[in-house]
Amino acid sequence: MSEKEDRFSQAMKEILAGGFTRTMLAVLLGFVVGAIFMIGSNEEFIKAMGYFFTRPMDAFSAAWNVVSAGYGALFKGSIFNTDADTLEKAWRPITETLRLGAPLIAAGLGIGLTFRVGLFNVGGTGQIVFGMIFATWVATRLELPFIMHTVVAMIAGILGAALLGALVGFLKARTGAHEVILTIMLNYIALSFFTFLMRDPNLLQEQRASGNPKADPAAVTAMLPKLIGDEYSLHWGLVISLLAVVVYWWLMERSTIGFRLRMVGFNPDAAKTAGISVNRTYILAMGLSAAFVGVAAGNQALGTTTGVSPSAHAGIGFDAITVALLGGSSAPGILMAGLLFGAFKAGSPSMQVLGISPEVLGIVQGAIVLFIAAPPLIRAIFGLPKPQTTNALGALRDRLFGKGGAK
Amino acid sequence: MKLELRGITKRFGTLVANDSINLTVESGEIHALLGENGAGKSTLMNVLYGLYKADEGQILLDDKVQAFGGPGDAMAAGIGMVHQHFMLIPVFTVAENVALGNEPTGFAGSLDMNKARRRVIEISDRFGFNVDPDAMVEDLPVGVQQRVEIIKALSRDAKVLVLDEPTAVLTPQETDELMQIMRQLAKAGTSIVFITHKLREVREVADRITVIRLGKVVGTAAPSASTSELASLMVGRDVELTIQKELSETGAEILKVDGISVLDDRMQRSVNDVSFSVRGGEILAIAGVQGNGQTELAEALLGLRPVIKGSGKIEIKGKDITTASVREVLESGVAFIPEDRKKDGLVGEFTISENLMLNQSFKSRFTRGLNINFPIRKSVSTELVASFDVRTPSIETPAGKLSGGNQQKVVVARELSRDTDLLIASQPTRGVDVGSIEFIHEQIVSERDRGKAVILISTELDEVLALADRIAVMYRGKIVGIVGPETTRETLGKMMAGVSA
Repeated sequence: MSEKEDRFSQAMKEILAGGFTRTMLAVLLGFVVGAIFMIGSNEEFIKAMGYFFTRPMDAFSAAWNVVSAGYGALFKGSIFNTDADTLEKAWRPITETLRLGAPLIAAGLGIGLTFRVGLFNVGGTGQIVFGMIFATWVATRLELPFIMHTVVAMIAGILGAALLGALVGFLKARTGAHEVILTIMLNYIALSFFTFLMRDPNLLQEQRASGNPKADPAAVTAMLPKLIGDEYSLHWGLVISLLAVVVYWWLMERSTIGFRLRMVGFNPDAAKTAGISVNRTYILAMGLSAAFVGVAAGNQALGTTTGVSPSAHAGIGFDAITVALLGGSSAPGILMAGLLFGAFKAGSPSMQVLGISPEVLGIVQGAIVLFIAAPPLIRAIFGLPKPQTTNALGALRDRLFGKGGAK
Repeated sequence: MKLELRGITKRFGTLVANDSINLTVESGEIHALLGENGAGKSTLMNVLYGLYKADEGQILLDDKVQAFGGPGDAMAAGIGMVHQHFMLIPVFTVAENVALGNEPTGFAGSLDMNKARRRVIEISDRFGFNVDPDAMVEDLPVGVQQRVEIIKALSRDAKVLVLDEPTAVLTPQETDELMQIMRQLAKAGTSIVFITHKLREVREVADRITVIRLGKVVGTAAPSASTSELASLMVGRDVELTIQKELSETGAEILKVDGISVLDDRMQRSVNDVSFSVRGGEILAIAGVQGNGQTELAEALLGLRPVIKGSGKIEIKGKDITTASVREVLESGVAFIPEDRKKDGLVGEFTISENLMLNQSFKSRFTRGLNINFPIRKSVSTELVASFDVRTPSIETPAGKLSGGNQQKVVVARELSRDTDLLIASQPTRGVDVGSIEFIHEQIVSERDRGKAVILISTELDEVLALADRIAVMYRGKIVGIVGPETTRETLGKMMAGVSA
C-alpha cells in the first residue's frame, strides 16, 4: 500500500520534472492527434478514401486542406485575424487569448502550488465558486468608490477561495482524509451553495431574474477596468494574473515559505525532522493554492458586464490542472501553458464556423497532458522500473551501429 | 560445488558497477567478499542470483557455464541467498516459511505439511540449528530467523550459499553462533560467500578474502592479514582505525531523561522507563542490537515521537522539553544526525546548499525577512563543503546524487555548524565509506572536546568502544546498564542480549 503510494508520488515527481523538450514534443504530438481527428471526421477525406487506390492524392489533399483550414482558423481566432478588414479587428483575437488565458494562468498557479507540495487540488471549481460568491457579494451588495470597490471585491474573492482551500487542508491534517476526495466533494457543495444563494433575491439573486439562478451584474465601480480601450474586452484581470505569476515565482523560488513547501513536497519525513509541522504546511499550502485560484474567481466575477451564473466558473478549475501539469508547476511554464489554453478557448469559435468541431481542441488538450503524464503513470501502475536513459541517444546509437569504436 | 565468476561486468548507464570481476569459490570454502558500501558487492551477488543480467562475463558452477534467466534458475542450479532483510512471513510457522515457493505436495496437489516439517527437523538436526518447525516466525529472535532463512536455502539443495551482510542485525553472541554454523556448513561441502564490511568477522571465519573497490577486485588476502592491511585495501589508502581521544573535562548536565516510555508505530511500548543524563564534554553511547528501542528513543528526544503521557520527562539545561515540538527542541540547542539520512536527514532533490539550510529556514543567518538570503547561503555552503570535505562538483548539486559518505558529511556539516549544546548522532556512520567514518568520528570527538554533550546511538560495537566515555546498553526498550568505556566486548555482548552487568 505505502509502496504503491510511493510509486505514484514518484510518478507525480517525474511528471512535473518533464523538462522543456519533452513538453514541447508533447504539445506537438497533441496537435498531431487533433489533426488525425479532424481528418477522420472530414467528409471529403472519407469520400476520397473510397477511391484511394485510384487517386490517392485526393485523400491527401483533403487531409491537408482540413488540417490547414482548422489550425489556420485556430490561429486567426486566437492570434491574428488576417481576414479582418481593419487592423483593430485583426488584433482582437490575441487580446481575447490574453483575456481568456488570464484566469487559467492564475488558477494554474494555484494547482501547481499543490503539486509542488505533493498534494493534488482537484477543487479548483469549488474554490472559484466560493471566491465568486464573496467577490460577487462585495461587487453587488456594497457601495464603494471606484478602484477601491474593485480591490476590495478582488481581495474578498481571494479570501473566499482561500477559506475553502484552507478548510480542505485542515480536514486533511485533522482527520487524514485524502485531499482529492475532499476537494471533489466540496466542488459539489460549493456549486450547490452558489446556486442556492442565487435563487434568493435577498441573498445574491438578481431582482429581475425571476427564479433563475443568476446574480446581479457587478456594480460599475467594482468591475475590472478595460486595459487597452473599449474596443477590446481585455481588462485588468490580465495584469492581476501576471502579478500573481511574479508572486508565485517569488514565493516558490525565493522565499523561505516556498522553501518549506517544496521541502514537504519532496520529503515530508526530512521536513518533520527539520522541525517543520507537515500538517500546518498542508493547511497553508491548500490555503495559498486556493488564494491563487481566487484570483481567477475575481477575474470571472468582476470581468463581465452580465451577472454571474453557476456556470461562470467555466471549467477553469479543471483546465487549471492541465495548465499546471503542462507548465511543470513553474511560474514561467504555467504562464505559457495558460496562454496556450487561452488561445484554444479564443480560437475554438472560428473553428466551429468552418464546421470543424471545437471539441478537437479538447482532444488536443487531453492528448498533450496524456503524452506528458502517461509514461511515468504507466510505469507506476505496472510497477515497471525507470529505464536507464541517462544517455538515450548514446544507447540508440549503440543499438543501431553496434558497440564499436574507441572506448 | 565450485563457483567461478569470470570477467563479470555490469553497467548501469555510464556507471560501471562491476568491472570484469573474477572470483573463484572452491567447494567447502568460506569466501569473504569485503568492500565498502557501494563497492559493487551486492550488484555482483544479484548477477549471480539471476536478478541482474551481466553485460559481459560468465558464471560457472563446477566448470559448467550457466545462464540464469532469473532467481528461479539460480536456485535450481544450487545457489541460495540469505538477504540482509529477511524474506520471511512473520505470521507463518518456520515449516510454512521454508515450504513457501517450494511446497511439498501429496495426493492431488494437496499441501503436505508433514513433509515440510520433517525437512526442517532434518536440516536443523544435521547442523545443530535448534529450530522448532512449528514456532511462529514473528516470535523468534532475529538470530533464529536468520537460521530459518539458511534452512530455507538448504532445503532447496543450495550448494552455494550467499550471506549478504548477515551480522548487521545480530548480537555479538549470535554472530559467534552464526560463524559456528558457517564453519559446519563449509565442512559439509557447502561453498559460502560471505558479504560484509566488518573486518573483524572476516578475519575470524573466512578461508579466503577478496576485496572489491569501485567495482573492481583490488586484491585477495588471507585471513591472517591484519585489520589495517584489509582496511587500506578496502579504502585504497592507509586508514587510522583508532581515534586519538584525550580525557575530557565533563561540564554541567545538559540533558536529563527521567523515566520516559515511548510507543512505536505498532503501538508497542518500545522504550520502557528509560532514564539517563549527559553532561557537557562527554560522549554517552547507547549501544544495543538494532530494533531494541534506540530509534524510538532518539525520535522521542527530538520530539518526533510523543513520550507516553505522565511516564516521565526530558529536560535540556533544566528546561522541560517533554512535549515540545521538533522545532522547539532544535531551537533549544539540539543537533540531530538521523539514522536514515536519505529518509530523514536530506531532501535528495534539493541541492547541497538547500540541504545545508534545511532546518534553519525560519529565522537564521540564511534568511532575510521572508526571503532566502542567497549570497549568505552560497558563501556559508561553499565554506562548509570545504571544511567538511564534501566531495561534490558544486554546491548546487542535488544531494541525492552524492555518495553515502558525502551525503552524511552534508548532514554532519549542517548539524555541527549550528550553535548547539547537545548532539544526538544516530548511526552516524551507517553506510558510509571508511574514509568518511574516520572523518565523522573525529568531528564527533571534537564536538565533545568543545564541551558539548554527545549522545551516540550505534549498533556497531567497534564504534561504541572507539568513541564512548560511557556506554548505556539497551535491550527490549530498557537500559540494561550504564558502564564505562573499559568494559570488555564480551560483557557488552551479554548486556546486549539482556543480561545485566
